[in-house]
Amino acid sequence: MAPPPRSGDAIFANVDRVNAELFTLTYGAIVRQLLTDLEEVDEVNKQLDQMGYNIGIRLIDEFLAKSNISTCVDFKETAEVIAKVGFKMFLGVTASVSNWDPEGTTCSIILEDNPLVDFVELPDTCQGLYYCNILSGVVRGALEMVSMKTEITWVRDMLRGDDAFELRLKLLKQVPEEYPYKDDE
Amino acid sequence: MTSTACFMIVSRNDIPIYEAEVGAAPKKEEAVHQHQFILHAALDIVQDIAWTTSAMFLKSIDRFNDLVVSVYVTAAIHTRLMLLHDSRNDDGIKSFFQEVHELYIKSLLNPLYLPGSRIKSSHFDTKVRALARKYL
Repeated sequence: MAPPPRSGDAIFANVDRVNAELFTLTYGAIVRQLLTDLEEVDEVNKQLDQMGYNIGIRLIDEFLAKSNISTCVDFKETAEVIAKVGFKMFLGVTASVSNWDPEGTTCSIILEDNPLVDFVELPDTCQGLYYCNILSGVVRGALEMVSMKTEITWVRDMLRGDDAFELRLKLLKQVPEEYPYKDDE
Repeated sequence: MTSTACFMIVSRNDIPIYEAEVGAAPKKEEAVHQHQFILHAALDIVQDIAWTTSAMFLKSIDRFNDLVVSVYVTAAIHTRLMLLHDSRNDDGIKSFFQEVHELYIKSLLNPLYLPGSRIKSSHFDTKVRALARKYL
């Protein structure tokens, strides 16, 4: 019998943690370096998303192993799990899910608090920058590993003067699992 | 509030990275230049005094007519917060420096700000002017 699912709080209490400032400044240094290397803000957004994707496709395994979560029945449950367990487990913040469309394929994950952006203020030269684009990449990568193709965009960003962070999740399609071999081989 | 005060942050390389006229007196073009000039002249004195004391707040190190220069030298990378003022309110000036120092540290922690470059943040500017109204 599988162990019962654990809550985000319970997992968060048991994992090793680093100092929040160290974490924030390390992420800041990465973004800073990307801005220097790539020069174009759009390229930086892309690169952050790609980095997040690479994290996400690995992180999902850790997430499933630690949380004991069983298969979600629909996308609604998936979104709830990401917001309540995923964000809590890895970032220590709780997100909420809202703004569902009637088909149940698009929703918003809203972050009131975000440890990545402490101290940060966007200068005029970086106005197009999605500073936390790594997060959208992580979610996209993780969902892709559990056969969901999604498109994720930032709708609200505190660094641009909004009151919260809002990630728009759009389920593009469920990819059926494919086996790389045939039964009779 | 004092009638004349000019606040400036000077980086390690003697480049001004932030300037603000925070006095209540109406602004005059030539006065601004004069203030910059006086503060610039005081830099040498700061350099001499800074190494003789462990205090960060150096009060009234230089004067020009009725204007006095007070300086706060930050420990880490030798940035100088300089204030030209005509009041004698030392406690207020010290508090002002301490709080601006805190603001400056916050802006240094911003990963998108390059240390030693000009501080363009309007948030920082607003805060400094508010502190000036409160303490000077």
